Amino acid sequence: MENDFPIKMWIDVNGNVQEKEYQEVVTEKRARTFYQQLIRIRTFDRKGISLQRQGRIGTYAPFEGQEASQVGSALALEANDWMFPSYRDHGATMTFGHSLKNILLFWNGRNEGCIPPAGKNIFPPGIPIATQLPHAVGAAFAEKRKGTKNAAIVYFGDGATSEGDFHEGLNMASVFEAPVVFFNQNNGYAISVPMEKQMNTKTIAQKALAYDMPGVRVDGNDVFAVYAETLKALDRARNGKGPTLIEAVTWRYGAHTTADDPTKYRDQKESDRRREETDPVLRVERLMKNQGWFDEQWAEEVKNQAAHEVDASVAEMESFPPADPNDIFDHVFAEPTWQLEEQKQQYFEAKKGVAVWNQQQQ
Amino acid sequence: MESTTAVKKKTMTLVQAITDGMRTMLEEDERVLVLGEDVGKNGGVFRATDHLQDEFGEDRVMDTPLSEAGFIGAAIGMSVNGLRPVAEIQFLGFIYPAYEQIMTHASRLRSRTMGHYTVPMVIRAPYGAGVRAPEIHSDSTEAIFTHMPGLKVVCPASPSDAKGLLIAAIEDPDPVLYLEPMRCYRSSREEVAEGKYTVEIGKAKKVQEGEDVTVITWGAMVPVAAKAVKEMEVSGVSCELIDLRTLYPIDRNTIAESVQKTGRTVIVHEAHGTGGVGNDVLAVVNDTSFLYQKAPVERVTGFDSPVPFFGFEDEYLPTPARVKNAIEKVIKF
Repeated sequence: MENDFPIKMWIDVNGNVQEKEYQEVVTEKRARTFYQQLIRIRTFDRKGISLQRQGRIGTYAPFEGQEASQVGSALALEANDWMFPSYRDHGATMTFGHSLKNILLFWNGRNEGCIPPAGKNIFPPGIPIATQLPHAVGAAFAEKRKGTKNAAIVYFGDGATSEGDFHEGLNMASVFEAPVVFFNQNNGYAISVPMEKQMNTKTIAQKALAYDMPGVRVDGNDVFAVYAETLKALDRARNGKGPTLIEAVTWRYGAHTTADDPTKYRDQKESDRRREETDPVLRVERLMKNQGWFDEQWAEEVKNQAAHEVDASVAEMESFPPADPNDIFDHVFAEPTWQLEEQKQQYFEAKKGVAVWNQQQQ
Repeated sequence: MESTTAVKKKTMTLVQAITDGMRTMLEEDERVLVLGEDVGKNGGVFRATDHLQDEFGEDRVMDTPLSEAGFIGAAIGMSVNGLRPVAEIQFLGFIYPAYEQIMTHASRLRSRTMGHYTVPMVIRAPYGAGVRAPEIHSDSTEAIFTHMPGLKVVCPASPSDAKGLLIAAIEDPDPVLYLEPMRCYRSSREEVAEGKYTVEIGKAKKVQEGEDVTVITWGAMVPVAAKAVKEMEVSGVSCELIDLRTLYPIDRNTIAESVQKTGRTVIVHEAHGTGGVGNDVLAVVNDTSFLYQKAPVERVTGFDSPVPFFGFEDEYLPTPARVKNAIEKVIKF
């Protein structure tokens, strides 16, 4: 079965373009755009970890190592498409236009972080595993009903394929011919459980056979291959040909979240080796060098620009107004129920009582 | 408060009124669509969607795969993207695969996104025992859902309320679980207004005025309690019967007004006693009217056992006799 689903690669680990026909897509302009985005999201991700270590945000889920999967797929989307990310896909959401400040707010325990910029169809991160797949099917179906050419992309990991919602989502999309792309990032581990304990199949792409949709395996560290395959799947979706399952084979270098220690379940030397050999950023850098497109000074500028943008977003996040307790009560329903009104009033009265008590103690 | 632009009336059963409510809204609003298992050609296992697919087409009355989590999840995606899905779960006892979708998404998406994304969907589910159905088909687990912040739960007992509440649920900007007392689907008929009208969510109904005892119930227990109330009249006890109609948010004012007048309260529901919605009613009585009570509040409920196989369901379900006992108890206290 593995042979029926070969891993598609456009650029090999040494930065060589695999087929002549790819040259048309592998342009300097694209390489620069991809490189820029890869650096941008990596810079953000490293900042996320460091902010958590300093206690400036809460638990954070890093994606370093998976950048090509997220950038390549997100750049294949059109402006009006829908994106349904999981909690490790803010690299994709920021590439698609999410606000960096809001993403940081999300990781700092603020609901504002779930709100995308105006006009952007980005769902809040899926926290329970695989539950976002049926949502994407529904949203995609609604686009089809409206007669648009818009599609939806939904992100999930290897562990998600064991959940019922994965299968129900794929099945419904297939039955309804919904314009949706199921974008799996197979990073080999669901927290600590390796793929071979998660499933007995050697690939995730082959699961598409059961739902009579194309299943594609792609090198998830090759941003060009990811971009091209996602574009193809989106094109099918837009033209009434239904869903596609893409398995982007990748690796997360670090921990599941900042609350996790990967050395407990795997040898992190593997991550070190992969950083040297299969890193998604290095891949583009090597390609650009081979093609004579790489300019150290430009690369430096890209890095500085990314650092500047990320730092600015951190400053924005940190100067954001403090959480307003009214928000606990005011957004549960369009109109708060009497229970919520009463609880809110009791909360504020109790708060006032505490303030008075504190004052009396002084 | 009930609003209506309708004039003509037609005699209907409860299930016919539900169909009529869906038909009215399918006609009224392009965004409304009905989905679920067997709702198309078959018209639903209880025929609640009878003929709707013929009238509105497969795009608006959709059979789905046998996939409760899948189609409830998809309905969330549809609502967020501008549609108004009305999803049918065949029996409340089969809703549990979709529990996660309702608990973690449908009910809290508005809150998570501070109103940016909302889920104006309706989930219809027949509930309750008393029709000699196979096991699991008779659950009455409404309290699981009233406990979910962000979800409204309604439960009509009469054809006229059934239609008005369904239309209100479809028009509500938030998700509503609409529970249908399957035992009452065809047990009685009444005049139902044609066309569009609503029964306000959150408002109980005084089925009967009385002076001595307030009996509070809903859904399939309304006729059971009504029978007990009628029989008590013979002994000279005047009961006020309240049909709650909405289980979240419950109508505090109607309850308080009544129990302050009578000073005696009996709550009846067929769901398991522990953690039942009756306890929320009891909390309202306590919070608003504790000092008016002349007797401890009595509850007549199903037992803390799984709803038994139908060989025992008549033993499990509250009966008029059990309700009468409770009424006598609060009178004699």
